[in-house]
Amino acid sequence: MSSKICSVPFKGTKEQEAQLKAVINDLRDQRGCLMPIMQKAQAIYGYLPIEVQTMIADELNIPLEKVYGVATFYAQFALYPKGEYQISVCLGTACYVKGSGDVYDKLQQKLGITGGQCTPDGKFSLDACRCIGACGLAPVMTINGDVYGKLTPDKVEGILANYK
Amino acid sequence: METVNLKINGIDVTAPKDATILEAAKLANIDIPTLCYLKDINEIGACRMCLVEVKGARGLAAACVYPVNEGMEVFTNTPKVLEYRKTTLKLILSDHKRECLSCVRSGQCELQELSRNLGVDFEDQFDGAKNVSEIDDSAPHMIRDNNKCVLCRRCSAVCENVQGIGVIGANERGFATEIASPFDLPLNTTSCVSCGQCIAVCPTGALYEKTNVDDILAAIADPEKHVVVQAAPAVRAALGEEFGLPIGTNVEGKLAASLRRIGFEKVFDTNFSADLTIMEEANELLERVTKGGKLPMITSCSPGWIKYCEHYFPDMTENLSTCKSPQQMFGATVKTYYAEKMGWDPKSIVSVSVMPCTAKKFELTRDDQAAAGVPDIDYSMTTRELAGLIKRMGIDFNSLPNEGFDSPLGSGSGAAVIFGATGGVMEAALRTAVWTLTGKKDGSPIEFKEVRGTAGIKEATYDVNGTQVKVAVASGLKNANELLTKVQKGEADYTFIEIMGCPGGCVNGGGQPRVHAKVRNFTDIRAERAKALYSIDEANTMRFSHENPDVQALYKEYLGEPGSEKAHHILHTSYVKRKVHEYKV
Repeated sequence: MSSKICSVPFKGTKEQEAQLKAVINDLRDQRGCLMPIMQKAQAIYGYLPIEVQTMIADELNIPLEKVYGVATFYAQFALYPKGEYQISVCLGTACYVKGSGDVYDKLQQKLGITGGQCTPDGKFSLDACRCIGACGLAPVMTINGDVYGKLTPDKVEGILANYK
Repeated sequence: METVNLKINGIDVTAPKDATILEAAKLANIDIPTLCYLKDINEIGACRMCLVEVKGARGLAAACVYPVNEGMEVFTNTPKVLEYRKTTLKLILSDHKRECLSCVRSGQCELQELSRNLGVDFEDQFDGAKNVSEIDDSAPHMIRDNNKCVLCRRCSAVCENVQGIGVIGANERGFATEIASPFDLPLNTTSCVSCGQCIAVCPTGALYEKTNVDDILAAIADPEKHVVVQAAPAVRAALGEEFGLPIGTNVEGKLAASLRRIGFEKVFDTNFSADLTIMEEANELLERVTKGGKLPMITSCSPGWIKYCEHYFPDMTENLSTCKSPQQMFGATVKTYYAEKMGWDPKSIVSVSVMPCTAKKFELTRDDQAAAGVPDIDYSMTTRELAGLIKRMGIDFNSLPNEGFDSPLGSGSGAAVIFGATGGVMEAALRTAVWTLTGKKDGSPIEFKEVRGTAGIKEATYDVNGTQVKVAVASGLKNANELLTKVQKGEADYTFIEIMGCPGGCVNGGGQPRVHAKVRNFTDIRAERAKALYSIDEANTMRFSHENPDVQALYKEYLGEPGSEKAHHILHTSYVKRKVHEYKV
């Protein structure tokens, strides 16, 4: 079995941990407190790596699996941090019919990660998004707000090189 | 009891007020098919196999969770109901790895049976995208093949609700949903204790034990090897189920006969080492009491419980008896005392056990379980694996004569055989401890009925020579947790505690024959199988472990006294402290 533990090193601080514990103490007696705690934990850390989920599980005295099950059920929870450069590929209808799926695949292959993940060096994170209103340039992706249009898979490598 | 009257398929039924339609139908001898439902464990109405029509209700109702009420009219087999069930089942089958011919569950699979009973014709009608899952074979005792999983959640429910562990559950959602550990951690990096309860409740071939049956057969065929086997007490109370005998049939004689016919050179009884365990454990307890050792002392027969204690109560591992489990004591005795007696090189012995347990496969890999410098036990197989092997070897089990076990190491007292039921080890220990403390006189009490029965936690206080001895018994790890938490908080002061990892003890172990949910939901299999063991005990003229002549001979010829240095070296072991989370980032 290959595990899905995030390969980006965890950089949580003591302050963040104290914040999380305060949140948990605040909410722990509330019925159905797991979701709100996880939302606040994500606000503190930006994502929910195994270290954070373990803290939540141990504090609430519930199995880690319970936390992970919720974290993977809802799209709002991220298991990976955002990278220094956040790549967003539009998979909306117009971009998709123009081949953004191939661009997305190429990026996954080049970066060695799948959508929703971040490279181990913390540099690039990759997500799919829906229409960004630039259908005339389809297929489109953005990197930290820079827009790249009329993409083809073979342009990917060159674009990434700008961000090394 | 308050009751309500309803009609099911036109038949008048009077059912308890809090019954479900499923339970009421059972009273009218009407079977409603189920797949996800397990009484008290998994009552989620998710699989939709038990859909029925309720007059006046919108849509179809899930009979397993739908409560009955006065005047209700239910129809369980209208064309609409049958069609819906069949379609739902075909949708489940569309993402199921259908390899029934070679599947471990073939012939005993609940999904296969449903397909047959519900008249599934085109099993591939809805085939499309399929989930392809990596097989997890990391654990020492089992394999998880999600390609055959139907997402009924019986495994994760038993793991969390009964055992209080919860190392597997539903991850992701929709079509991507999978039962797995958090972050898809391999099972051997989690706090899984190898109890195998998930295997016992799985309706399909998704979960099954790792097997060494081919290695065992190869060893038997090797003229250089001495292949000896031992069979645990609980095996004889359940093996017959695999051959159509009623639950709770004692097949001790046929068990011995079948092992001999498979080709084992010596066929022994774990009852021998259960008696040996009592000698060592009673001695250890008396020493702890008189010399101020760590109390309460807790039994160490159940390897699932041991691993649970190491993960969840590491501070209490000193409370565990240092006695090896009966399986390991047996193996250790065979490769030392018995090897010497027979003039065999311990390395030429292949020691096999038949156990109601999957955690035994893990236990034999533990450190400090090699009295003769080679592993005490080489292979452990479950009751289920033995049944499969008997069939493979062409042995007509039900026609076998009743045979005895080989001597020595083949005799056992009544106290030993009840090890297989929750409270049995406690009772066996009490028999010998009370006898010892009251001057070793005849007529010492035999039966300690307060510690019998399937209750999850049992407590009793006995007056032994003027001293009040408080004992407790727990089975099922959630119950163990509850009991130990009380001890940790100082809310209870027991002298001796018995804990078994599986609810009801070994009779309901993770390696026992699987019982179809339609039987399991309406029968207490723990109680039925335990009855078989208690009646063997009652019929035995030897009711005390210390009366076992083979055990007496072992001490006289080899070990000296219980607790001697030699006994310690051969029959005792050590534990480790683990954490709940053992993953490495």
